[in-house]
Amino acid sequence: MPERIILDYGSGGKASQRLIKNLFMKHFANPGLNRMDDAALILDLQGPLSMSTDTFTVDPVFFPGGDIGSLAVHGTVNDVAMLGAVPKYISCAFILEEGLVMDDLERIVQSMARASSHAGVQIITGDTKVVPRGAVDKIFINTTGIGLVVADPAPSGHRAEPGDAILISGSMGDHGLAILSHRQGIAFETDVLSDSQALNHLILRLIREVGDIHVLRDPTRGGLATTLNEIAQQSDLEFIIDQELIPIKEAVEGGCSFLGLDPLYLANEGKFICILPESLATKALDIMRNDPAGQDAAFIGRVAEGRNGKVVLKTALGGHRLLDMLEGEQLPRIC
Amino acid sequence: MNLLNKFKDPELCLNILDQIKSEIQGEFRFMEVCGTHTVAIFQSGIRTLLPESIIHVSGPGCPVCVTHDREIASYLALAEKDLILATFGDLIKVPGPGGKNLKAAQAEGARIKIVYSAFDALKLALDHPQDKVVFLGVGFETTAPTVAATIKMAAEQGVRNFSVLSFHKLVPPALKALAADRDIQVDGLLLPGHVSTIIGLEPYRFLAEEYQVPSVIGGFEPLDILQAILIMIKQKNKGRPEVVNNYKRVVPDQGNAKAIETMYEVFRPADALWRGLGIIPGSGLAVAQRYEQFDAALVFDQELPQVDEIPGCKCGEVLKGLISPDQCPLFSTRCTPANPVGPCMVSTEGSCAAYHKYRL
Repeated sequence: MPERIILDYGSGGKASQRLIKNLFMKHFANPGLNRMDDAALILDLQGPLSMSTDTFTVDPVFFPGGDIGSLAVHGTVNDVAMLGAVPKYISCAFILEEGLVMDDLERIVQSMARASSHAGVQIITGDTKVVPRGAVDKIFINTTGIGLVVADPAPSGHRAEPGDAILISGSMGDHGLAILSHRQGIAFETDVLSDSQALNHLILRLIREVGDIHVLRDPTRGGLATTLNEIAQQSDLEFIIDQELIPIKEAVEGGCSFLGLDPLYLANEGKFICILPESLATKALDIMRNDPAGQDAAFIGRVAEGRNGKVVLKTALGGHRLLDMLEGEQLPRIC
Repeated sequence: MNLLNKFKDPELCLNILDQIKSEIQGEFRFMEVCGTHTVAIFQSGIRTLLPESIIHVSGPGCPVCVTHDREIASYLALAEKDLILATFGDLIKVPGPGGKNLKAAQAEGARIKIVYSAFDALKLALDHPQDKVVFLGVGFETTAPTVAATIKMAAEQGVRNFSVLSFHKLVPPALKALAADRDIQVDGLLLPGHVSTIIGLEPYRFLAEEYQVPSVIGGFEPLDILQAILIMIKQKNKGRPEVVNNYKRVVPDQGNAKAIETMYEVFRPADALWRGLGIIPGSGLAVAQRYEQFDAALVFDQELPQVDEIPGCKCGEVLKGLISPDQCPLFSTRCTPANPVGPCMVSTEGSCAAYHKYRL
């Protein structure tokens, strides 16, 4: 019989202490966390800071190319980095479902420890709650990250300018399709892996070696289309995107065609959009393509003059159409 | 280049486009019977490349869009009963009379499960033997055979807690009703690729023979669509309307005999209520007597409630090709994908949704 999480582990008493000591401290140990105070003491961050929080509820918890633990670290590290920052510390809060298999939790915690180590961040505070069976789906993780902003001025969705180049760091839709392919009810065979990865090291190189980056944004939920719309609206400018230049893996294209989905609306967890003056685009692309996190980086379009916050897609045939924001959830079609 | 990419090849497409431009004489109105075609035409940008004299008219080929208010009211009422309602995701946001949809019903406590096939709904019934599971059968000939096969399987396994609320509809009778309607003038019909994989070419013959409408079964890639348009224009120019299968790589002329046989073993033709088109004789599929224990309408004594029409909603006229979506007074103002008034704005294949989403 596998050991399972029971409500006692969330009691705050001895059982909770055992879980913290035998599991979380064992894998996350660092000087900040080891102090075991009510809050983490941060002594070394001065200057503009970037802070972000996110909650991860992915189904399935383990998926090709990652799991909810590494995803919870990558997601927050990347969000902090998108402000032109070096992520330093993260907190993590677990909401565990009664009955969760302890070995699964340990796999997730180990994965978080590995992801934090690769990203160069420390988990310095956290929390654990256990809720009755059915109140959550296995495990929910919240992570909050903080980092030191090194870009000046910091990239922002408001800073796109007419004539800027729009770059993406790799192929679109890998994470979304990898998750869908393993979801109960629509499981199908594909060799597509989630792209979940930390982007902060590559971002830092771009800031230091290219500079003058106007916008950085990771196209997670809602995918490339929705994220481009968010930025176009923030900057109140028109974006013209060339569909043919957007890298999409053949297996992602095929899976989407089968399910009636659009890869441009599928989530990515290890890619980013970079908008910068066109004169810097080649240098930025060279740096991205020489980094394992950006090998398929591509120029996909330009920021235009039109002050309408719209994203226009130039199709392979040379026609044009609107590339709108996703409304609600993408659902497989009926026929 | 793989086969599918060939049907997207810009050079081949632009060549056909040139031929279309040289062949077209005056205005040419063609109806995309299937909503997936409408979406494909927008997605590929073909619409902005074709001459303006080619008028695109949407048709009744989106199963969600043609679901009548009374049918929506019926399944919303069913969802309030003590059962699990299994449905394709497309229907979850479709508003019924009063604006309520399955998503809202779910938030109020109704047990709604999104499934990806009727088999998944049967599995749900097997996994929950204490519950009654009803599958919401909305769709055309494309989906009806798999629902029929699922009912057969349930019968073979002696399953007692599974049933289907069948609002399935058949495409050829709807096309006959449209062709016979003198208000509706089209020069060509782009026939649905998915439905045709099941029924083949024969059931469309009357379109050319009785009504002289050029009709082409087409695929969904840009080259498929452009070729179909060119064939229709050429037929019109020659004055020799025919029904052509231009999607032979997927659609056999004779259709899928096994699927049709299964469909008519489990279902029987019945009159059906279509949004915008009203009652069309023999255009629906009711569960056959032999399988009546799987007919949710009988099991739950479910009738179609009388409902008031949604004021201002012109989905019906859109589905008959009488107006384009942007001619509806509610389009993109009161009726948007976030707050849809009619199903044409909800469905991923709905023409109003396509206009709202893709049109510059």
